Amino acid sequence: MTEIAKRKIVNTFALSLACAAAALGLFWLIFILADVLRHGIAFITPELFLNEAAPPGMEGGGLKHAFIGQLLITFFAVLIGIPLGILGGTYLAEYGRHHWLGRLISTLSDIMISVPSIVIGTFVYAIFVKPIGHFSGYAGALALAIIMIPVVLRTTEEMIALVPWEIREAAFALGAPYYKVILQVVYRGAATGIFTGILLAIARIAGETAPLLFTSFNNMFLTTNMNEPMPSLTVTIYQYAMGPYDDWHEMAWAASFVITLFILGLTILGRIIIRWKYKH
Amino acid sequence: MKKVEQEYIQLKTMLAQMCQIATSMLQDATKALVTRDSALADSVIARDDEVDALDTRIDEHCLKMLALYEPKAVDLRFVVTALRIIVDLERVGDHCTNIADEVKKLNLTPPVKPYIDLPKMAEGAAAMIQDAITAYFNKDMTTAMEIIRRDDMIDALDDRITEELLSYINADPANTRNIISLMFITRSIERIADYATNIAEMIYFMTTGEIIKHRLPKQVTDG
Amino acid sequence: MSDPIMTINNLNFYYQGDVHAVKNMSLEIRRNQITALIGPSGCGKTTFLRCFNRMHDLYPGHRYEGEIRYEGGNLLERKDITELRSRIGMVFQKPTPFPMSIFDNVAYGLKLKGIKNRAELTDRVEQALKQAALWEESKDRLKQSANSLSGGQQQRLVIARALAAEPDILLFDEPTSALDPVSTSKIEELMVQLKQDITLLIVTHNMQQAARISDRTAFMYMGELIEIDDTETMFTNPKQKLTEEYITGRFG
Repeated sequence: MTEIAKRKIVNTFALSLACAAAALGLFWLIFILADVLRHGIAFITPELFLNEAAPPGMEGGGLKHAFIGQLLITFFAVLIGIPLGILGGTYLAEYGRHHWLGRLISTLSDIMISVPSIVIGTFVYAIFVKPIGHFSGYAGALALAIIMIPVVLRTTEEMIALVPWEIREAAFALGAPYYKVILQVVYRGAATGIFTGILLAIARIAGETAPLLFTSFNNMFLTTNMNEPMPSLTVTIYQYAMGPYDDWHEMAWAASFVITLFILGLTILGRIIIRWKYKH
Repeated sequence: MKKVEQEYIQLKTMLAQMCQIATSMLQDATKALVTRDSALADSVIARDDEVDALDTRIDEHCLKMLALYEPKAVDLRFVVTALRIIVDLERVGDHCTNIADEVKKLNLTPPVKPYIDLPKMAEGAAAMIQDAITAYFNKDMTTAMEIIRRDDMIDALDDRITEELLSYINADPANTRNIISLMFITRSIERIADYATNIAEMIYFMTTGEIIKHRLPKQVTDG
Repeated sequence: MSDPIMTINNLNFYYQGDVHAVKNMSLEIRRNQITALIGPSGCGKTTFLRCFNRMHDLYPGHRYEGEIRYEGGNLLERKDITELRSRIGMVFQKPTPFPMSIFDNVAYGLKLKGIKNRAELTDRVEQALKQAALWEESKDRLKQSANSLSGGQQQRLVIARALAAEPDILLFDEPTSALDPVSTSKIEELMVQLKQDITLLIVTHNMQQAARISDRTAFMYMGELIEIDDTETMFTNPKQKLTEEYITGRFG
């Protein structure tokens, strides 16, 4: 057998394995998505968004409290996480590029990204919930912010690093000080990339349940007080799905459907922005 | 305007100047012969230094253009042609000096004959030089071909004058010295017309990139 | 012959870790002329060029020695870097348009100088674009992104941006090596025009470019100045054997 024929056989074998692995992954993904859509879409009603929770068995219950809680927690998480992430990423890409501290932070962020989110939940429980003595929306927002920070930080770092160094030198050559170069030139160049990173980070935290269980916990009632335990979609899904009532299961399916759609929407938007950017 | 375009204008200006001086030398040398004006002949001889000076300046200018601008294609041939044209123009100047020298010698003795064909021949040669340079500037191949044909007329005049001069020697051998001078002059004018032909051939090369120097002009003109 | 705008005396430059990149250079840069710096890669010509606008200050551990006399003082000791860099502009190898509109690009240096008056900005942007021979192509699209311009136009935009600050000297670091021949020829033409108003220093790998446009040419080799002379002399009859070998391509 010639060398080339041997290579062709090995190649075909490896290619088949790779395709099979990809097909297996895709199969489950499509299966889950289809299942969520199939079960969820039937229970999407106006009441779901407009009404608060009703006692089990009563008609007309909704998840308004969970939607609002989710939005509030996410909003505060974004408020804490994004500025810190962007500032940190800027430090890494600009000032800390050749510094050992910069490299250390960069590596730690990568580890942080892969830390299981429940660990972050227990961490916030230990340093925030326990000392204060009760669950709160703030604690939930903090936990989600901690998950967001490394994601936003690394995206920002990478997007800023993509702005060619020559562009900065050109701004320096016109006499601009470093902070103006970053604010007026670098951020403009990296803006769409950073924005996409933020969208993806929000998509990432939108589906988190574990950290919220230890921090914002849950609440059957609508509240806008961030200092109280707060309901969220994910924890509500968890609770309802585990519960014994059929209408809870239905609402859990509907909420899963909404949250999946939301994450899908953000991800697609992120991709559209990236594609648009590289076209122009 | 681009810097290199200015350099071409300067090259053309200097070449035009050199051509103008060389042809004026031929015209004045002939005039000095006809009017027996030795002072004018001296001024012709003096002008040869100007031609030589221009020769050097154009030489340097072309060298600079080749070194700095690396001209390509027709531009390259234009500069190379300029380098060769000035060699011919410089020789035209030398021949005019020779003519002036002979004129001064002739002026020491009474004239042997009236000059009719000789000034005509000189005028024709001078016009050929001038037209050749103009054709070079305009990259005008038609005129160049026409100049090559005009050389036949000059050659015919040359033959006629030579025959006539020989008959003068036969008539009176005492004229021999003067007649030889006149023959030199005739020969010089004939050579000048040849240089014009050379230049015309180079113009053909410049516009087409084809060298016709060593082929019969007829083949080209007929084709 | 024009008077020197800058006089370089015994200039040495060391990169971090004492890498001696520019060795004891002394020469004059003449006003309203184009001075070209040629030499093989790594000979220190770009390093040398970047001394004039103190670009090396951006990186720690680099060290200058010697003197560049400019405006009555040693440029290497000046504290007003922003002012200095608006007097001595720089154009880079690759076009460096900022991610903003054409107008904002050209106005950038002016805004840095504290000019806020809209009318004045508009005036000076127009003037700079005209000077850089880009006005006709860009006047109807000043609000468009600078990235919508072609490579050659971008490079002229960058030149306009530098010109807007009304510099004395413009430094060019291989300004056409990323451009096609037509754009290159436009930039070269522009540079020759610009020397009526300013002094130009250009680093180029393209010897023909140095020959075509510069008045004086300096040849550098291994951090040293080997020879500087009128461009015509350098390219027809250089004094140094090394220069001759380099320009005839018989190097090494």
